[in-house]
Amino acid sequence: MTMGAKQVTNMEQLLEGIWKQNPVFVMTLGMCPTLAVTVSGFNALGMGVATTFVLVCSAGLISLLRNFIPKEVRIATYIVIIATFVTLVDYIIQAVSLALYDALGAFIQLIVVNCIILGRAEAHAAKSPSLPAVLNAFGMGVGFTIGLLALGSVREILGAGKLFGVTLFGADFQPWVVMVLPPGGFFVLGAWLLLFAWWARRKEANHGA
Amino acid sequence: MSMELRASPHLHSGRDVPTIMRHVVYALLPICAFSIWQYGLSAIALITTVTLSCLAAERIANRMSGTVNTLSDWSATITGILLALTLPPAFPLWMGAVAGFAAVWLGKSLFGGLGHNPFNPALVGRAFVQAAFPTAITTWAPAFSPQRFTEFIPSTLTLPFCVPNDISAWVTANMVDGFTGATPLARWKFEQFVYPVEDMITGAAAASTGETSALLLLVCGLYLIARRFMDWRIPVAVVGSAMIMAWGFQMYDPEAFPPMHLALLSGGLMLGALFMATDMATSPVTPMGIWVYGAIIGVVTILIRYFGGLTEGVMYAILFGNAAAPLIDKYLQPKVFGARKK
Repeated sequence: MTMGAKQVTNMEQLLEGIWKQNPVFVMTLGMCPTLAVTVSGFNALGMGVATTFVLVCSAGLISLLRNFIPKEVRIATYIVIIATFVTLVDYIIQAVSLALYDALGAFIQLIVVNCIILGRAEAHAAKSPSLPAVLNAFGMGVGFTIGLLALGSVREILGAGKLFGVTLFGADFQPWVVMVLPPGGFFVLGAWLLLFAWWARRKEANHGA
Repeated sequence: MSMELRASPHLHSGRDVPTIMRHVVYALLPICAFSIWQYGLSAIALITTVTLSCLAAERIANRMSGTVNTLSDWSATITGILLALTLPPAFPLWMGAVAGFAAVWLGKSLFGGLGHNPFNPALVGRAFVQAAFPTAITTWAPAFSPQRFTEFIPSTLTLPFCVPNDISAWVTANMVDGFTGATPLARWKFEQFVYPVEDMITGAAAASTGETSALLLLVCGLYLIARRFMDWRIPVAVVGSAMIMAWGFQMYDPEAFPPMHLALLSGGLMLGALFMATDMATSPVTPMGIWVYGAIIGVVTILIRYFGGLTEGVMYAILFGNAAAPLIDKYLQPKVFGARKK
């Protein structure tokens, strides 16, 4: 994003997506999988890793091919490249864990339209050499995974009393059914965004004083 | 001679938000008293807990947003009392506190405080716990148990975050005549049983803490209407449209649909029509709009009750009406005096 005069180091490339430009909490991109599949920590992690894989591979390949792709058909080319890796991921998940595949459902195929990936391809990978492009994509993927995990763990803890399938509390725990329903996704996402916004504002106020 | 020039309004009735809100609290006190007489300690604890959690939520929201203290405008108190009155008497206190926080934070603070909230905060709180704890919110305890002033209903004192204590043993031990653990609406829906009118007026039917006596609710509502703290057209439109709907269905097929008194006296219709639909921030202000808004609530209530999966529909009907209020106002603007049609 910061294509200023200052040279951006590789470390900054990597950290950009994890914190400063976090796709979930800062850019609020990819909201569809964020809200839909974060019912449990495991689903969130699976989705995050799958997206990271597609993100890194497509960024690398697009960056390598950036001088050969005609400008007029670049979006279509990116989509073909991204779709290739999504198909790969689709088959890999099916082979590794059928349970996860069933839980994530159509959202695996829908990674192809995840705006983070196309956004990275267009805004970063198409303009930079492979190493920064891959690092940046990896950071974005990790940031996205962290965002999904932040939602998924809260929703699983409150909605089922578990985390990654491990029961955390005794049998007396009362699950909050709403948290594993669609409204719960909006509530938890809103709560996280609110927390970060409030925190950022406080930090700003403290710096000003 | 110096002359002061000021823009209108030049006369103020002296009524402000805290005054109106205070009188609504007064009107709610007899209803609270009646519910305490029915359910004893559990009702006292529930009303106190929910109200205090609403006040705490309001205070924390004030702190976080750095705005002035708004506890003294009584609005959080009303939200708390109303919310407690819509919850079942055996509702665990910790869930009541969750409802209180959800009501003030989700229902009001996030939108910018009193007057900016599109939905009635108390109902937002109730909708939240209805979605979160569907079993607890449909567990009804009998009124007038003999030990109600010496012991709590077991589920009231459930430890935070735990499954509510089972009350079936307590219900059998404190058996009150004819208590089935189902509300009149549920009994009609699942057993085609029609409750007698007197049970729904004296509070013998299973119901939420504050909706047991339609008569008392009506009297308290009339006080507010008489003092002009409440727009009488809203409850009239809500109850009237519900009545017409219920009458129509009853005429169409007396076998399949319940008699009118069940529709009017049961569930939260009176409480909702008088104290929740009339919330000034969430109802329309145009004269025609008020009637349309009330009618929508009444019609949707009956539709949910007769054809929906839920037994009670007042809560969602009012939330639906709240959502429609700005649109209603937009389309039913009265003609400005002297303005010509384009």
